[in-house]
Amino acid sequence: MANGGNMMMRSTLGRVRALGAARHGLADWWGQRVTAAALVPLSVWFVISLLAHRGADAAGMARWAGRPWNAVLLLALLIALFQHLALGLQVVIEDYVHGEAAKLGTLLAMKAALALLWLAAILAVLKLAFAG
Amino acid sequence: MAKFSLPANSRIGEGRTHKAPPGAKRVKAFRVYRWSPDDRENPRYDTYEIDLDACGPMVLDALIKIKNEIDSTLTFRRSCREGICGSCAMNIDGTNTLACLKPIDEVKGAARVTPLPHMPVVKDLVPNLDQAYAQYRSIEPWLKAESPPPPDSERRQSVTERAALDGMWECILCFCCTTACPSYWWNGGRYLGPAVLLAAYRWIADSRDEATGERLDALEDPFRLYRCHTIMNCTETCPKGLNPARAIGRIKQMIAERTG
Repeated sequence: MANGGNMMMRSTLGRVRALGAARHGLADWWGQRVTAAALVPLSVWFVISLLAHRGADAAGMARWAGRPWNAVLLLALLIALFQHLALGLQVVIEDYVHGEAAKLGTLLAMKAALALLWLAAILAVLKLAFAG
Repeated sequence: MAKFSLPANSRIGEGRTHKAPPGAKRVKAFRVYRWSPDDRENPRYDTYEIDLDACGPMVLDALIKIKNEIDSTLTFRRSCREGICGSCAMNIDGTNTLACLKPIDEVKGAARVTPLPHMPVVKDLVPNLDQAYAQYRSIEPWLKAESPPPPDSERRQSVTERAALDGMWECILCFCCTTACPSYWWNGGRYLGPAVLLAAYRWIADSRDEATGERLDALEDPFRLYRCHTIMNCTETCPKGLNPARAIGRIKQMIAERTG
């Protein structure tokens, strides 16, 4: 805090200026908003499509997902969704995990887990798209 | 990690109760946060019962009455008593505001009075604002221009240019907004907070200032600026009715504009 422990003799202004501005942050902030906007129509389309296929069997769903435009929209949905999820979780971690090592470790673990899930989901759509 | 409970030495206990004088008709209780660095005791709430018929209308009037007539050890900052100095910023009834502008009769039941949240306490209702002041200093809140001013007059602005500063020059730096911001609570060491970002935008929006780009450069940072998550507590609590959240939004917008 402001006056710190007796280990902190650096001036308050020096501590506030710290390492300077990162000159970064716009891309993440903007990306979160763009993906949010993209998710609105994509999610509506996805939910409506699922409702339209109530009672369909696995083969029917696979055929639906494999059709070119459906596959394209599914991939778009996955890209927007995972980007948005990663940026959102990044903000939560940066807000609440203090300590550089813990923060870096948590961020890397989160991004690695999401990247694997994301690749698996994309691979699944591609398999369906190229199966037929 | 985030801490979700107060450390043991910060938990607030129950203190003394000072009864209203006999015969008082309109009695109002004030539960006031007390803590002193001179003893090793936990903070406590002292309760002061005030006869409203013998007290001014504002919460600050009650605090001054307590200090003058009941308990001279009560410590708080105050100066102008008319909402222009920002000294008596504190949390009243759960909301940050200026004690001099807060009518007592707007508070239902016992009035709880605590220092501005999440700042180190110097004593009682006096917070340590060193960090916020240093953050204000860090945005270089003064006019920066290379063009010399006209030799025989001040730097001039059109009516429209001057109007762009409305809603910002009125800020008195009481830090009610900054200390109401959860993002500032969690990351106050790096996030500049609404008051300082409003002040930064005041200079960014000033037509006479020639350092707009440098000012934006100094703010473009995941923590300094982008920790604002548009929670809006700042705008909600500002005792001067200003809108720091909008100023922060404008800064983000300008940083976006210059890329494309």
